[in-house]
Amino acid sequence: MNKKYLREDIIRMSGVNPKKCMRCGKCSGTCPAYDEMEYHPHQFVSMVESGDIEPLLESDSLYRCLTCFACVERCPRGVEPAKLIEAVRLTAIRRQGANRLTPNDIPAMLDDEIPQQALVSAFRKYTK
Amino acid sequence: MKFSYFPGCTLKNKAKDLDRYAIRSAEALGISLEEIENWQCCGGVFTTARDEIATKLSSVRILKAAKDKEQDLITVCSACHNVVKQTNNAMQNDAEFSSKVNRYMASEGGYDGSTTVYHYLEMLRDIVGFDALREKVVKPLSGKKIAAYYGCLLLRPGSVMKMDDPENPTIMEDMIRAMGAEPVIYGNRNECCGGYVVMESPELAKKKSGDVIRNAKAQGADMIITACPLCKYNLMKNGADVPVVYFTELLAEALGVKEDTNE
Ligand code: SF4
Ligand code: SF4
Repeated sequence: MNKKYLREDIIRMSGVNPKKCMRCGKCSGTCPAYDEMEYHPHQFVSMVESGDIEPLLESDSLYRCLTCFACVERCPRGVEPAKLIEAVRLTAIRRQGANRLTPNDIPAMLDDEIPQQALVSAFRKYTK
Repeated sequence: MKFSYFPGCTLKNKAKDLDRYAIRSAEALGISLEEIENWQCCGGVFTTARDEIATKLSSVRILKAAKDKEQDLITVCSACHNVVKQTNNAMQNDAEFSSKVNRYMASEGGYDGSTTVYHYLEMLRDIVGFDALREKVVKPLSGKKIAAYYGCLLLRPGSVMKMDDPENPTIMEDMIRAMGAEPVIYGNRNECCGGYVVMESPELAKKKSGDVIRNAKAQGADMIITACPLCKYNLMKNGADVPVVYFTELLAEALGVKEDTNE
């Protein structure tokens, strides 16, 4: 996809204005998935801003975000980084054949206690 | 007093206690919860993307069902509450989104975002009142030190959920006091348990849930309460050596309606 179009699309989907970011890093400092991410929330913001989106689309960091909204709550500039991550993640899994999770993967993940909520949430986040 | 009630998928399956004790306790408090008919799963997690329409229709239909009955809507699962409330907020404040939704729903009549949504805890605080609750307690939980675990979904984003101060909540602690027990305040009470990422990365859930348990115990908790089936699962799976209990179960115990003679 054309780089400029991709950037505009992600900004439109998310409703986020990455220009508001002042690079304080508070979003990444509070992110519970920080240690497991290659690109951290503040990097999603700056890389979308600069149009450097391809590396984000390929990164497993997309699937480590817990949608806990801590970065949304605690950003002093109201940037809402999780919404950008969500838009990039959807852009990635909406591509043909790019579903992260398929029904065939499920049996191996089950145990007797796992709540339905875990399955439906994972499908919502990892599958189009 | 009557309300529309949306239990959600997990409360009909792995989290039956959350549902059963919610209904029974409400009855003891003079509130009848009327389950919405033919509801569908909310999807478990709200998608913030503004162009995701179809995946949000089940929530819109839940909201509309309550409106059609001219009732306010009560939810009890943290995740359902988050999804339904954020969807309602989008219907109220995102004109492009709500117009697309209403085009999908043209044949069943539209929805305008006007349903009031309460989490069960808000019902206890704002409709019953904690003072009235205290008076209805027949088995005070005296001597128990209870850690309320909010997790992320009940409180955030604070500007949408509007339940409590997202960084320094008191609603569950006030409920604990009304039941005669002592609340334990600890830093991780509003941090994430690892959520659905447990499906891909059990290590992440182990770390995050472990932090919550250690922190609550270090502050002296001998029990943890939650409103979320996934929080309960992650905590129990990752070494909770104190009971992790749904808040409705504890409430039913305090109200003296936990044992059911019909079952
Ligand atoms: S919503 Fe995602 S990116 Fe933001 S703090 Fe939570 S896990 Fe990190
Ligand atoms: S917290 Fe907000 S302002 Fe600070 S780096 Fe993150 S997005 Fe930018």
